[in-house]
Amino acid sequence: MNVDLNSRPRLAAGCRMGENNNQRVLLMPERALRLNGPSLEIVSRCDGKHSVSQIIGELQLLYSKAEPHKVEQDILGYLDLLQKERALDFEP
Amino acid sequence: MPNAAQHPLALVAELTHRCPLHCVYCSNPLELQSRANELSTEAWSRVFKEAAEAGVLQADFTGGEPLARPDIVELIRNARAAGLYVSLITSGIPLDEAKLEALVQVGLDHFQLSFQGAREETANDISGTKSHQQKLRVLQWIKRYRIGLTLNFVIHRRNIDELEEMLAIVEDSHPGCVEFASVQYYGWAFANREKLLPTRQQLDYCVERLKRAEEELQGKTRVVFVVPDYYARFPKPCVGGWGRKLMLITPNGDALPCHAAPIIPGLKFENVKNRSLREIWEDSEAFQKFRGEDWMQEPCKSCDRREQDFGGCRCQAMLLAGDAAATDPVCSLAPQRPKVDAILAQINESQLGVPGERGSANQLAKPEWLYRPNPA
Repeated sequence: MNVDLNSRPRLAAGCRMGENNNQRVLLMPERALRLNGPSLEIVSRCDGKHSVSQIIGELQLLYSKAEPHKVEQDILGYLDLLQKERALDFEP
Repeated sequence: MPNAAQHPLALVAELTHRCPLHCVYCSNPLELQSRANELSTEAWSRVFKEAAEAGVLQADFTGGEPLARPDIVELIRNARAAGLYVSLITSGIPLDEAKLEALVQVGLDHFQLSFQGAREETANDISGTKSHQQKLRVLQWIKRYRIGLTLNFVIHRRNIDELEEMLAIVEDSHPGCVEFASVQYYGWAFANREKLLPTRQQLDYCVERLKRAEEELQGKTRVVFVVPDYYARFPKPCVGGWGRKLMLITPNGDALPCHAAPIIPGLKFENVKNRSLREIWEDSEAFQKFRGEDWMQEPCKSCDRREQDFGGCRCQAMLLAGDAAATDPVCSLAPQRPKVDAILAQINESQLGVPGERGSANQLAKPEWLYRPNPA
């Protein structure tokens, strides 16, 4: 799937953030994903307000020591994975 | 203590064994618990708190039919308040629009609706009741809400040829996930096994068709197919490994490592009325029994796959090999595998009419089902 840079991802129905023993998790039907560092930064911006390019921009600032193109590729890869898991809807 | 216990991640709350359906493959035990012995609202609510404190993230409300509990709305509210993600695994009966609204309002996260077929006649025959039309109504009502939705089609020889119609129901209702869950052979399904096992031909078609469905539905609906254990080469990692991830609480409060565990002779289960969930998880005899690898026999003991499938299912080993510590007999490496092959050979070689004709199994006369009754 190609992620549209102008679309605004938000958590799909049945998916929400949770926490247990100070570990943030993405809760989904039948499964859960641990969120740490970059994955937490990405998922917490999937709010239907941030566009994909905004998320990329903000994380490139946050991880300014990393190569910007690499940050972009990692984010697109992770969003693609979450989409395949049906954890995200992309609003136009 | 054989192995340090990680904390449990999922709580399966069997709220009741009562159910308006009488499915011929029900996974409940043959000896059903009565309403009089069910845990109270308060006891369940304490269990939810203890579960969250022990590290559990998700609670699956199941049964029987969880909606048969008059306090279901309160139970969902209390489980959410305890911090759990709540799934309702239901037949959609008894449910009306107002009740559904109430379930969503108190924070139900995920609604999993079971289907016994795609055609009314098949579905009603399998469930022993007129239930199919109500399920289709529930699917329409639920479109109003932004809530997780999974459709669960329970698959076997009598309905596997309705795949195309099942997929049409999926297309129409846009669930986040659809599961085509093959019947596994425990409890009532074990009793009806010869009437339920699909043929290899049916199964091969199903696998191939669902692969296409997965592509067609990508990004819309996740497609999950659960193969019948008997046709698998290697066993499933049953319950994610004994005492590793999951706790099941029966209607009367017994804590089980797996829903079928009571068939294993000599296992003693502790009750949530007497001890905390964490204590039961960490050191009850039943949870320790097959935790880790110390109990394993060959070929599991030295097998490379032992950390992937944990030797398969203890209850299946009990049922088919008569020894709960044996390698799951569905495993192609198991000494007892020929028993499973003999069962499959009987299904594939006898009674099934014209080779090459997928629908042949369904042209047989209606079977004499052993229906699951409703407990008092």
